[in-house]
Amino acid sequence: MDFQIALILGQDGITNGAIYALLALALVLVFAVTRVIFIPQGEFVAYGALTLAMVGNGVLPATVWLLLGAGVVVAVLDGMAALRAGQSKRLIAIMAVNLAYPLALLGLLKAMPLAELALALQVLVALLIVVPLGPMMYRIVYQPIAEAPVLVLLIVSVAAHLAMVGLGLLFFGAEGYRTPAFSDARFEVGPMTVTGQTVWVVMSSLVLIVALALFFGRTIYGKALRATAINRNGARLMGISPALAGKLTFFLAALIGTLSGVLISPITTIYYDSGFLIGLKGFVAAIIGGLASYPIAAGGAILVGLLEAFSSFWASAYKEVIVFTLIIPVLVWRSLTSHHMEEEE
Amino acid sequence: MKFKSTLVAAMTLAFAATAAHAQINVGVTLSATGPAASLGIPERNTVDLMPKEIGGQKINYIVLDDASDTTSAVKNIRKLVSEDKVDVVLGSTTSPNSLAMIDVAAESKTPMISWAASSRIVEPVDEKRHWVFKTPQNDAQMSTAIIEHMTNNNIKNVAFIGFADAYGEGWYEQFKGVAEARGIKIVANERFNRTDTSVTGQVLKMMAARPDAMFSAGSGTPAALPQKALKERGWTGKVYQTHGVANNDFLRVCGADCEGTFLPAGPVLVAAQLPDGNPVKASALTYIDAYEAAHGKGSVSTFGAHAWDSGVLLNAAVPVALKSAKPGTPEFRAALREALENVKETPGAHGVFNMSPTDHLGFDQRSRVMVQISNGAWKLVE
Repeated sequence: MDFQIALILGQDGITNGAIYALLALALVLVFAVTRVIFIPQGEFVAYGALTLAMVGNGVLPATVWLLLGAGVVVAVLDGMAALRAGQSKRLIAIMAVNLAYPLALLGLLKAMPLAELALALQVLVALLIVVPLGPMMYRIVYQPIAEAPVLVLLIVSVAAHLAMVGLGLLFFGAEGYRTPAFSDARFEVGPMTVTGQTVWVVMSSLVLIVALALFFGRTIYGKALRATAINRNGARLMGISPALAGKLTFFLAALIGTLSGVLISPITTIYYDSGFLIGLKGFVAAIIGGLASYPIAAGGAILVGLLEAFSSFWASAYKEVIVFTLIIPVLVWRSLTSHHMEEEE
Repeated sequence: MKFKSTLVAAMTLAFAATAAHAQINVGVTLSATGPAASLGIPERNTVDLMPKEIGGQKINYIVLDDASDTTSAVKNIRKLVSEDKVDVVLGSTTSPNSLAMIDVAAESKTPMISWAASSRIVEPVDEKRHWVFKTPQNDAQMSTAIIEHMTNNNIKNVAFIGFADAYGEGWYEQFKGVAEARGIKIVANERFNRTDTSVTGQVLKMMAARPDAMFSAGSGTPAALPQKALKERGWTGKVYQTHGVANNDFLRVCGADCEGTFLPAGPVLVAAQLPDGNPVKASALTYIDAYEAAHGKGSVSTFGAHAWDSGVLLNAAVPVALKSAKPGTPEFRAALREALENVKETPGAHGVFNMSPTDHLGFDQRSRVMVQISNGAWKLVE
């Protein structure tokens, strides 16, 4: 291996690592606020990428029907709860968010010549369709069991993951798609060539990470989420609604997942079931951060990306083995260095 | 009272009707979901087009999905033979599933026609494989086609990259054996996963070995990844793929980056370009026309054609078996197996079947052609 190969591999590893870092951040966020180990995180990557591919091909993405279906279920659940509580005035707002929005989006999509939109608008359409599925998913799947033990939440996550993979096959078919690159530019930096897409991925990840940091540090909603993550009951006593915190968290997780999908789909072919493995590597990074520390998780993600790139050069047949074996020394090290606390049930 | 007698009469009639129109039950297990779904879905679509009546007997297809899972495939075939009492089992889509089903087929003495590629499904024809047939070409037939093409083009050194699973490993073994005998050196041997997001590392290593040609053994659209990475790194030499990529989705995903790629394939892929004298041309076009009439132009794939060919075999064998036994009996199943083994010179979509007691595939050189990707379409190489 010479220096140039090392540079190319390093660049490759950092590009993939940036995506894993985003997913790791989302996983840490979701776990901290809601105690859910969010296995379907990867599905948002696949849904985002494939919805964009459908839009690019001028096909009405089937995910919009899922949005409508989920909206109906949420409207019924929330509507019944509002009626039971005697707050019939809230019905209008519930209907507007959960029924009118998907219907308006559906109408808009049918009216627009999807394939002719600029790429940026297509990305926006994909985000508009897939991201609201996050909070809806929280309302339907997790909110009714929000107080359940971590293990129950994990099992429900597995079920949600399997359901989403199955629906993905139904929506997108078994074959994979690639979307056009955001930029075909190539930059010569010293001895190596950097593609425009790599710059996009790394820069978007950085921007998103900074934006999240500002959100958590400067805004009232961000602070509310942090408060919930630190002490759920205390936050509740201070008037922070756990349901709102959960929905907001899932909104962010879905946003991060969908954006990751949009960023990665020009680099590789995405299938309906690709999300799981990408999410799992983000999970390895999140574990390195102990499902608690954002900076360590992000650093861990870059490490996973680099390890993947270099092991694919030296021992390609064992690449996945090497990446996932990384979790064992990390767990040993964490269990030796951290004081174990029993979770209060 | 009157009602009761009507009921009895109706029931008697119903039973009489079933007896008069004994039907042949065909059990199918295929992988319409899971990792092999891109193969299983066209196969399921093809089953709808297969003969509804053979030799005056109605054919009843019972289709189950095994989700590309070996355990489910075995469960499915058990259900088919014990509950549905099928006369013949078709499937499954993948080699691991088909291999696992052999035991049940042999135990229940039910003929089985697999749609999976591994030669071990029918070789050697022992006591168990006595009951098992298959329609796809063996990998050996395909790899000799590639190696022939390589030697004709004066290629001495080849870099290999394959799936990190049974598919890639099987191809490597197969390819290595024949290539070394013909004096072709394998200078790099790399692996990648279907779900990988990058193969830059492997591709760099392959290019560093300075081969005359690259050979990628992957199936379906994931096999486009190494080729795109090669292009990105400036590789301009020859690239070979296996027949596992012979579907239109591969062309769509790989686009211009796969221009000029060589691969061996069943003749159905380029049926319209075959010379008129080719015995496979007419039968392959029959399939393509039937499939495209139902699912739209350009929708046909070579995988569905393997399922179609099992229908071709049944069409040839069932009338013979009907002469000696009635459907639904062990005698019929034995007669059907016997008849399948004696199918001769029957053209299917992928080749001409000549079964024998030692060859339960029955394909010869007519079952493969070399194809090149040219202007985003498959082109027959003379």
